[in-house]
Amino acid sequence: MALNPMEQFEVKPIVPLHIGPWDVSFTNQSLFMCLVVATVALFLVIAMSKRRLVPSRAQSMAEMSYEFVAGMIRSTTGDDGLVFFPFVFSIFMFVLLSNFLGLIPGAFTVTSQIIVTLALAGLVMLTVVVTGFIVHGIGFLKLFVPKAPWYLLILLVPIEVISFLTRLVSLSVRLFANMLAGHTMLAVFASFVIALGAAGGILAYLSFTPMFMIVFIGALEMLVAFLQAYVFAILTCIYLNEALHLHEHH
Amino acid sequence: MELQAAKMIGAGLACIALAGAGNGIGIVFGSYLQGALRNPGAAASQTTNLLLGFALCEATGLYGLVIALIILFT
Repeated sequence: MALNPMEQFEVKPIVPLHIGPWDVSFTNQSLFMCLVVATVALFLVIAMSKRRLVPSRAQSMAEMSYEFVAGMIRSTTGDDGLVFFPFVFSIFMFVLLSNFLGLIPGAFTVTSQIIVTLALAGLVMLTVVVTGFIVHGIGFLKLFVPKAPWYLLILLVPIEVISFLTRLVSLSVRLFANMLAGHTMLAVFASFVIALGAAGGILAYLSFTPMFMIVFIGALEMLVAFLQAYVFAILTCIYLNEALHLHEHH
Repeated sequence: MELQAAKMIGAGLACIALAGAGNGIGIVFGSYLQGALRNPGAAASQTTNLLLGFALCEATGLYGLVIALIILFT
């Protein structure tokens, strides 16, 4: 019974392919990633296909998601951060949809794999560092030197550098652990239902009670799915703000 | 003590991190509520910080889960 909750995270190849020594098979993970991208793209294209001035329901949903991300960028990074709007919007929609699609029973949650969240977080940190060096040159390293007297700086600069480097780890692990924990909880309660039903006798009649917890945790997981996508996006905006305007206050 | 038993105990001990997470989340929401009840007009502008603080706090608790998984499965 203990193996069952983790079985949902297994990556199984659907179309095995090999290029030389590398295994590039089309797995259920690839299928769900394609599904997420297709859903987002189709929704946005179809919703905006008739561009009416007074929006229809679908168009207003697409416009709301646009305004949500644009407002998030404007409030954290200011107007010159809107250059990164396509990047932040893509990340936000990808993470949001993959979190949500994973809640469908039997689906595979793309963001519950550490390699996926590590790749996303790596992309974000790469963008931040490259932007910082392009905009400020070598002066980007002043990010690690806050305003403090010299005897504190000896301690502060290593702390700042380490905290910058752990952002990659924290960004990826936060999303990964939230998704992993939520889906594992759902699977564990589902195994309770089966175990109570198989126990027979009076317990079989109580086998529906863990269902209430599954419903409640399912609702909580939807909130967590949206919240984690929002937090990923807003932390991306905050890190980009630090790269663009080093420590200035606007 | 055999390795498997020690792994189980280690994974269980790693869950003590959740105490800090629960504490922290309570403090974040409690401070937000205190501030919002004193100054309701300013409450809406701080929802961003509220959600950000909650997620960062929750993440720290979940790092404990990750350590527990690493202990159990390697």
